[in-house]
Amino acid sequence: MKNTLRQVFRSGKFVTGFVIFSAILLLAVIYPIISPGNPLQMIGLNSFIKPGTYVSVYDSLNTQRTYTFKLPGAAEKRIDSKLSNEDRLNIKDYLLRFGLPEEAVDIEQTHDLLALWWNNYDPELRLGSTIAENRYFARLDDKLAGIFESEDIEVGELDPDTGEYVRKKMVTETDYVNVSDVANVIRLPLGTDNFGRDTFRELVSAIGTSLQIGLIAGTVATLIGLLLGLLAGYLGGVADDIIMFFSNLFTVIPGFVLLILIAYSIDQSQRGVTTVAIVIGLTSWVWTTRSVRAQVISLRSRDHVNLSKLSGHSLPRLIITDILPYIASYVVMAFILQISSGILAEAGLSMLGLGPKTTDTATLGLMMDWAMRYTAHISGAWWAYYPVVLVIALVSFSLNLMNTGLDQIFNPQLRD
Amino acid sequence: MSNEKKELCLSGTGVTKVFGFGERKTVAVDHVDFSFYSGELISIVGESGSGKTTLVKMLLGLISVTEGDIFFMGQKRDIRSHRKKKEYWKGIQAIFQDPFSSYNIFKKIDAVLLDCIHMRGGRGLSKEKKIEMMTEACRFVNLKYEEMTNKYPFELSGGQMQRLMIARIFLLKPKILLADEPTSMIDACSRATILDMLMELRKETGMMIIFITHDIGLAYYVSDSVYIMERGKIVEFGSANEVILNPKAEYTKRLLTDVPKIHEPWEFSKRKRPMTQEERFSSPQPINIEV
Amino acid sequence: MGKVILEVNHLSTKYITRFGEGVYAVNDVSFKVEEGRSLGIAGESGCGKSTLALSLMGYYFAPLHYIKGDIIIDGSNISNRHPDDVRKNVLGNEIAYIPQAAMNALNPTQRIIRFIEDVIRAHNPKATKGDIYDLARERFEILNLPADTLQKHAVELSGGMKQRTVIAVSTILSPKILIADEPSSALDVTSQKMVIKMIHDLMELGYIKSMIFITHELPLLYNVTDDIMVMYAGQIVERGSADQMIFDPLHPYSKGLMGSIIVPEDGTRDVKLTAIPGTPPNLKKPPDGCRFAPRCKYVKPQCKTASVPFEELCDGRGSRCIIPETELREAYRNEQ
Repeated sequence: MKNTLRQVFRSGKFVTGFVIFSAILLLAVIYPIISPGNPLQMIGLNSFIKPGTYVSVYDSLNTQRTYTFKLPGAAEKRIDSKLSNEDRLNIKDYLLRFGLPEEAVDIEQTHDLLALWWNNYDPELRLGSTIAENRYFARLDDKLAGIFESEDIEVGELDPDTGEYVRKKMVTETDYVNVSDVANVIRLPLGTDNFGRDTFRELVSAIGTSLQIGLIAGTVATLIGLLLGLLAGYLGGVADDIIMFFSNLFTVIPGFVLLILIAYSIDQSQRGVTTVAIVIGLTSWVWTTRSVRAQVISLRSRDHVNLSKLSGHSLPRLIITDILPYIASYVVMAFILQISSGILAEAGLSMLGLGPKTTDTATLGLMMDWAMRYTAHISGAWWAYYPVVLVIALVSFSLNLMNTGLDQIFNPQLRD
Repeated sequence: MSNEKKELCLSGTGVTKVFGFGERKTVAVDHVDFSFYSGELISIVGESGSGKTTLVKMLLGLISVTEGDIFFMGQKRDIRSHRKKKEYWKGIQAIFQDPFSSYNIFKKIDAVLLDCIHMRGGRGLSKEKKIEMMTEACRFVNLKYEEMTNKYPFELSGGQMQRLMIARIFLLKPKILLADEPTSMIDACSRATILDMLMELRKETGMMIIFITHDIGLAYYVSDSVYIMERGKIVEFGSANEVILNPKAEYTKRLLTDVPKIHEPWEFSKRKRPMTQEERFSSPQPINIEV
Repeated sequence: MGKVILEVNHLSTKYITRFGEGVYAVNDVSFKVEEGRSLGIAGESGCGKSTLALSLMGYYFAPLHYIKGDIIIDGSNISNRHPDDVRKNVLGNEIAYIPQAAMNALNPTQRIIRFIEDVIRAHNPKATKGDIYDLARERFEILNLPADTLQKHAVELSGGMKQRTVIAVSTILSPKILIADEPSSALDVTSQKMVIKMIHDLMELGYIKSMIFITHELPLLYNVTDDIMVMYAGQIVERGSADQMIFDPLHPYSKGLMGSIIVPEDGTRDVKLTAIPGTPPNLKKPPDGCRFAPRCKYVKPQCKTASVPFEELCDGRGSRCIIPETELREAYRNEQ
């Protein structure tokens, strides 16, 4: 046993898969502990808020201390963010009328653009075709003139005695605030989804639920597969024929179609996570059954089984001590694959709207479903579906990698 | 060696085994009659596909008999329930061909021997007594219990594994032992050891041994009576000397001429000249003594 | 003395395990095979006899590695040639090799004639289909194989037929030497006899000049070969003519091996079989001194430390034992 484990952890493929999977699992376990909260709470009032850190303007003005920094390029960045694209186009328009060649004016280079403007703008020239246009250029010049000046902002407070606003303090526009001093900050590493829910928190909780679904589905499928496989393989005869008949039946009917039919026939209000997981498990035992049966048939006629019989061991004991250990590695491998396919099946079902009911939990499939229904891909809200796709891919990649690693160890034909 | 004095131990009439149905029907063992007397050493000789292993499995009660009856100690064999089977297996045991697949690789060696003690009703014995019994069994097959305990089967060599199988039989002391090619997977040098131990065991417990082999020379060497099987049928049987030195059946004759020999000429031998009587019985003798 | 077909001088090869350890399976082996003679190699499983057969082809691939020594076939040394050169110009042409499970190596989807085409075209790419067929048909008829076998698939043939077909295919280019590693062990005695007959015919008709035959079945070896070598733990411990080796073994190990022979002949029931206790040494770390010393009945204190050379005796015999011949014979006689 110890030797086997040592061998398993010497396989590069298994270890890589194991590390990825453990990292995902740890995230799903630890994040809710260090940052508790309801993953489905709608915190944002508009949908698809961009990822980032949000601070309340009020709070940041009211913080006790402010800081000033000498940051290179700070002014340019500020101007960049204030000078709208429309203004830039108008500046260009003016400069072209003034007679500059087109290639000399680059609206992306804020600094050069402003220099050109100040060098060439002359209110006397009246290059605009209408009065309104000339007035607009004059206003633009005023605005641009003030762009480097910083104004102080007055922070007022209502005096409860007099009922009048009293000046509390002055804040310069160029002041900085430490985020930890601000009372209301919200960090949204992956923004919010269409309902205004924190996508990251939702994703973490969905990983947990999906793994749970995979685990339940995998366990159900493996247990059924193991039991039927053992019975069919060991007993043979009529029992084998009956079990093989059903397993053939399940093989010909595509599993996913069956899954859709079963899921459809259960009312949405009844479709909890466990129900969906069990339904998935009930439709995916066939291959485990077939392979366990094949292994048991070859084991059944081995001499050690005969010898165990001759030692008077009972059938259950025979199966537990002489058959199960030999197929254990194989069953573990099948189980790992079943978890992975369970997670994928749930994702598929949920995207068809047949997943668990949507009100109390998030699953990876449901998140994909919501993102699709609320057209996240059209609104450019990549954060609502890319991370989910990545997680699904990583989970199934890591599980398959672990399976391949194990296969190489336990299947002597693949050993190098 | 007259059979009249001896007690009938295992016999069968019209024993048949058919695998499959209809078109794919194969008759592995075809209406075989035999009577084995207690204390005898019988060889069943057959090439691959002769049905000898199927016959062994039927005798052991591991597979069902399609047709015919098997009698154990004069009574018709009844192994319909697990308890009756367990009782039957106290009287009949086996050693299989491949020692490497005869062991459960997940179990320690002690477990194999303990099972035998338990089967003989020794479950209630003290631990010391059990260890004493296991030590004795190991000593019988020239193994040291101290070196065997707490080991897994794969840590032993093929010869050691097969000796341990004999230790198992030593603990069980059954009336009948079926040895299915016990030496074919073992080197020639260890073969003599295994055979010696089987003979010793027979001398000590008086058990009947049924030796299954494809090697007609080995059958001649070890057994009192020989049964020759061809395609599911017993084509010839009798005492070893009768069958081997004076074969009647065509098949036995062919088998005997096809086996390469040392003292007698063989068809495609480099040495065409038959050995003289003198040479034959004086060997192994040095041919050139000058040094 | 006939012409020497195969000469092997101080050949050593090793396996490298998955964990990088070396298993020294063939250790300083030297021998000669003359034209028209066949050499048998006997020994327990794991003694290195199959590895020696593989090493003799001069075609090394992992995990088998060449250490030192020369393999000279009909005057040309093949041990220091490039593997591709060996594969193209030596295998099939000079040496034919038949492993134990050769009959299972036939691709079941191809007709037998295809394998013959492959073998011939590897050495003569211009050969036409018709020429190849005529040659194959002629050879098969001489060897008593039905000509329609050529058009069959491997699955249509019985085990014995398959093995004979493999031998016919691999010797189609009339190689100088045939190396047969347990070619008949998996077959029943009747098929075994047919295989032996075929090898016998190949030698008689001169399609192969000499042969190395490896088996653990000593009665068979005695009948098939002129000379026998006994291997133990990667070394040759004794060499002599078949008669000498079977009836008058000198080395204590050969003595034990020959004492385990069982044949269905009158008188054999009264001879007591001898057994050699213990197991062969681990070839990852062979013992110092004589490798057989730990299991030897006649062991002397110096056996465990002194290095034991292979000594040539009279009549072309040789043995690797430091106990003098007279003393050994005396000990053997006293035992009888």
